[in-house]
Amino acid sequence: MSVWTIILLASVCVLGLKVVGYLVPPRLVERPTPARISSLLTVALLAGLVAVQSLARGTEIVVDARVPAVILAGVLFALRVPFVLVIIAAALCAALLPLAGWMT
Amino acid sequence: MPLRPRSVETRVAFRSGLAVAVAVSLYGVSFGALAVASGLSVWQTSVLSLLMFSGGSQFALIGVLATGGASAGVAAIAGAALLGLRNGLYAIRMSPIIGGPLARRLAAAHFTIDESTAVATAQSTPAAQRAGFWYTGILLFVGWNIATLVGALIGNLLGDVRQYGLDAAAAAAFVGLLWPRLRRRQPIIVAAAAAVIAAVLTPSLPAGVPILVAALVAVVVGATNLFGARGGDAA
Repeated sequence: MSVWTIILLASVCVLGLKVVGYLVPPRLVERPTPARISSLLTVALLAGLVAVQSLARGTEIVVDARVPAVILAGVLFALRVPFVLVIIAAALCAALLPLAGWMT
Repeated sequence: MPLRPRSVETRVAFRSGLAVAVAVSLYGVSFGALAVASGLSVWQTSVLSLLMFSGGSQFALIGVLATGGASAGVAAIAGAALLGLRNGLYAIRMSPIIGGPLARRLAAAHFTIDESTAVATAQSTPAAQRAGFWYTGILLFVGWNIATLVGALIGNLLGDVRQYGLDAAAAAAFVGLLWPRLRRRQPIIVAAAAAVIAAVLTPSLPAGVPILVAALVAVVVGATNLFGARGGDAA
């Protein structure tokens, strides 16, 4: 699959889900279970992405400067630092630690 | 200065829509830079923001592509679509608020995301809710796409990703999207379990697939309401 195909198919899926929401009768999803699953699904996917993005190198688990960078990001978000500043701080942390010779 | 209540409330909706659009657009810059860093071209990055227009799904797509490349395409699409499921629920909630002919509601679909739904449902009158939705959705669409393009051009200049810590920045972006959702015990437990499962399965499954398996935790916990206090609430 080419990257363009992936982009187009994924976009069609995401837009399609929005359109479907305007077409189904509301009472179908007023019940708590589908709403709860959908909200937890978002949490689980994001948490899985955090883990993979900070630990995986291909299909290997590698602990490197990304780990302290992600921990720093968590602390800064908890302190309500704006999104963009946290991203820059995390990038700097991961870029500078190896230069200082502390981590790969 | 005598103003009719309706226009006061509509102005409030406009102001909060504008504030949210500006703040959120700013992280479109980080998305653009990270998308290019994960192997997309500037064009592909911009088209993705125009067509998909859902931050979480877009970050997920480039996150999976960054670790697995184009061969992880199916997992990348599935991840983006699953993260986009909640937009469908927002659409159900917004449908009676938008009202009007079906064509208008279908036009609203593309702008139905976390932020426009949040601003709309926070307003006090139906007119202000509608105004809040359209203001936030359209302003954010414009801001997000401009910011994405700027970010992509910056990312293009930077070159090597790891040297600048941009792979860590992607992880930090996911932390930022996740953080506001960890208010109660149930989502915290689901997040911890999903992270552990995704990491443990990484060496034995193709890139992207561990994240999808981790998502099953949400289905199991959500369906049984394990660790939950009471009735569910959508994100």
